[in-house]
Amino acid sequence: MSGSYLEQVVQPDTRDTDIPPRLLGPQLERIWGTPRGLWGFLTTVDHKRIGQRYIVTAFIFLAMGGVLALLMRLQLSGPERRFIDPDRYNQIFTMHGTNMMFLFAVPVMEAVAVYIVPLMVGTRNIAFPRLNAFSYWMFLIGGLVLWVGFALDMGPDVGWFAYVPLSGPQYGAGKRSDIWAQMITFTEIAALAVAVELVVTILKQRAPGMTLDRIPLFVWAMLVTAFAVICAMPAIMIASTSLILDRLVGTHFFNPSEGGDVLLWQHLFWFFGHPEVYIIFLPAVGMISSIIPTFARRPIVGYLPLVLALIATGILAFGLWVHHMFVTGLPRLGESFFTASSMAIAVPNGIQIFCWLATLVLGRPVLKTPMLFILAFFFTFVIGGLSGVMVASVPFDTQVHDTYFVVAHFHYVLIGGAVFPLMGAVYYWFPKITGRMMSERIGRWVVGLVVVGFNLTFFPMHILGLQGMPRRIYTYQPELGWGPLNLFVSLSGCILAAGFVLFFFDVVRSMRSGAPASDNPWQAATLEWATSSPPPSYNFSRIPVVTSANPLWDATILPATRGLRVERRELLVTTVVDAEPQARESSPSDSIWPFWAAVTTSVLLVSSIFTPWAVVWGAIPVTFALIGWFWPKSTPEDLA
Amino acid sequence: MIRRFWRRMAWIVPLACSACGETFQSALQPAGPHAASLARLIWSFTAICGVIWLLVMLVLLFALWRRHRPAEARHERRATAIIGAAVAATVLIITGLTLMSYAATRGLSDDAPDPVVIRVRGYQWWWEVTYADRRPERTFVTANEIHIPLHRPVRLELTAADVIHSFWVPNLAGKQDLIPGRNNTLTIVADAPGTYRAQCAEFCGLQHAHMALPVIAEDAAAFDTWRQAQLAEAPAPVTAEQAAGRDFFTAGPCSACHTVRGTSAAGRLGPDLTHVASRQTIAAGQLPTTRGSLAAWIADPQTIKPGNNMPLVPMTPDQLQSVSAWLASLR
Repeated sequence: MSGSYLEQVVQPDTRDTDIPPRLLGPQLERIWGTPRGLWGFLTTVDHKRIGQRYIVTAFIFLAMGGVLALLMRLQLSGPERRFIDPDRYNQIFTMHGTNMMFLFAVPVMEAVAVYIVPLMVGTRNIAFPRLNAFSYWMFLIGGLVLWVGFALDMGPDVGWFAYVPLSGPQYGAGKRSDIWAQMITFTEIAALAVAVELVVTILKQRAPGMTLDRIPLFVWAMLVTAFAVICAMPAIMIASTSLILDRLVGTHFFNPSEGGDVLLWQHLFWFFGHPEVYIIFLPAVGMISSIIPTFARRPIVGYLPLVLALIATGILAFGLWVHHMFVTGLPRLGESFFTASSMAIAVPNGIQIFCWLATLVLGRPVLKTPMLFILAFFFTFVIGGLSGVMVASVPFDTQVHDTYFVVAHFHYVLIGGAVFPLMGAVYYWFPKITGRMMSERIGRWVVGLVVVGFNLTFFPMHILGLQGMPRRIYTYQPELGWGPLNLFVSLSGCILAAGFVLFFFDVVRSMRSGAPASDNPWQAATLEWATSSPPPSYNFSRIPVVTSANPLWDATILPATRGLRVERRELLVTTVVDAEPQARESSPSDSIWPFWAAVTTSVLLVSSIFTPWAVVWGAIPVTFALIGWFWPKSTPEDLA
Repeated sequence: MIRRFWRRMAWIVPLACSACGETFQSALQPAGPHAASLARLIWSFTAICGVIWLLVMLVLLFALWRRHRPAEARHERRATAIIGAAVAATVLIITGLTLMSYAATRGLSDDAPDPVVIRVRGYQWWWEVTYADRRPERTFVTANEIHIPLHRPVRLELTAADVIHSFWVPNLAGKQDLIPGRNNTLTIVADAPGTYRAQCAEFCGLQHAHMALPVIAEDAAAFDTWRQAQLAEAPAPVTAEQAAGRDFFTAGPCSACHTVRGTSAAGRLGPDLTHVASRQTIAAGQLPTTRGSLAAWIADPQTIKPGNNMPLVPMTPDQLQSVSAWLASLR
């Protein structure tokens, strides 16, 4: 009934003040909602739907990568085991690293941001929503290409950093390294797209009054991360493209006998690869900074130092890549500089840890599951950070580089530092995303199993590394004495796996039958909790106005803006520093073209593995898809 | 098959571990001044970092212990000062660790007078070893085993023929990469006699796991004797079987890849076998050198080391017997 009434009432340039408040929701839903069915699924540009499927896809890749890890532990559980032959084993560890870095860790962090950031800054959709849809399809297809390659015994087998000449045309036979390099292209396109969307959303679409010093720390973290992505990805883009050119058309970028240089690859790769670690870690820092104040029941201590630490980390992250190359024979002076810069990054990280600890000491922490994951983070990540200080020292590193010590170190940093906060964030934001709570009881078991399993699995690897066990060996000889500890590690890995299985079980169970969640079940302070759980397609019926850094704690009734048009997708653009309203801006409607653009681009990229001519002929359908995407609208653009 | 393989492997344990106790590839059991200084650095860092970790955990426990008591305003004021002090302490500790690291690096100086110079060239998946000397006639090539004199610096000149490898003998020194198109150096010194295992530490393909070499540290006299023996050409066959083996080796496909000085075999693709029987292991540290293991290796290299570049050469049982008999005589 309201539908037909609205059709009569709503004329061009109808504002939210022109219709009765009770009809505002239904009208916005008509304009912002996604149609049901397959068509809606393929055309939607709603950041929440795309964020949700991004998150789910990334977690599926996590589970698949986890299975690979268990296979490796099976093979390494005893000396000279022959469960898996070296060829398959090399594919498995390459797939594990590539999958976890490019298909899980970076995408999942950006995915959470795609969902949460627009809600946190109080806007109706992410900037460039069609690009967002395109990004997801590229990510999905890139992941499928990699895994289909693996299933066809064409999986890359040269390690996730694919050092030349091993990955080059002479030693990396077949199409395995090409699949790896093109998968990089897919994921870097996807990651860059999201980074650009986040930067614009955060700088231009914040709710009025959300000045720079009122931006939630998760949003700050994502802003720094997005800039790091934009600065780091071009390096790997150049590297992987040069590798493809070396392999496909016989350029000699990395061929020493033709004047190329094999170390060039390492410089380019690690100029991306080290910031990559912080691209994964900084969003986790943001998640921790979101969870701690909520459960410590007080504002965060040291907002300004935390923001500065984020920015400092983001900048310093680009000055330490050489510590991955300490044993390649670089000049001493250069190595000393990179020791100092690698050590220096411990300072901003220290500042963050101290501010969080102070918040906990001064607050009254409630030990719900998200908070338990933060405690797990402290217990584990600090070990990883300190072993990071160790490997920053050149002489120390010469003994542990490329050994299981380093394997232990980066799993402590990445799982302890990023996955634990991420799992905490899932428990934290699950009620907002699904409208249902996850189980506290199962959650405690998950934390227990994962923390105990993780530490029993990875701590002994430090010792194995110091006892001389190199990385990436498919087996080892019995007289080396690494057998018992490896068996212990493999068995502990099962505990860790059980924790993850229980986690996935809890997610699926809660999605179906979890207790209904209120709008703000944790009594948190940020804007995403100001709307319903799950949020409507338009996020907020009126864009809120922010008057403090913790709006839901400091204002009993959130002030709201008025005057946005309701008969088309419209959102508010504000100034960069003070978030003063600047303009009303239309937001793109659903479209199938991002999907077709992704499909045609994928055909081009995958075919180019086999022939350089694919770049020529493949460009034609891409052109048509882009013409369709950018076809001028029949309605005049933004007059206001 | 696998059990037989294991039993065979069991021989190597007493052999290789005889000189140095349980672990013979470990950064924590230094057998030379460089590794000792690195081990001291490792333990100092571990101790300092362990204390820091404990302190953080104590603060966390304190926060949980007092979590039901609301904080007062004076606590808030004090927090800022404590955070500032903690940051200052972090800077100090980090500076201290950096200086310790620099000091350790200075101690590992490369320029030693009159070093033994050994050129090591990495191949997929074995090591070519050249003992250099000012007199060309005192230079010789061997493979997959290094002998060094005690207490004397040994300068390793490292490069690679195909992909990147890394030379790491943790009981003596940290690792250094072997990179095609580049020359790296690493100085090692051994203070205690023994056999220390080196292993490739940069992923180099299918058989990265089986690319090791024993480093044998012995006193100067023993080293000189060994070096003198290595300079000689391969001994002439004594028995008719050995002679038949030599003839098959030099006439057949073996000589296309392997060199045996003193015969016509002069291939350069595989390891030099002139004194193969004098080495502790074959196949880059994988099997103890016996006539039996040589025969097993020649008969089926792809099962023992899947993917390696040694092809299966078709031969009759008699030919296999004679070739392994001859190789086992090359002391």
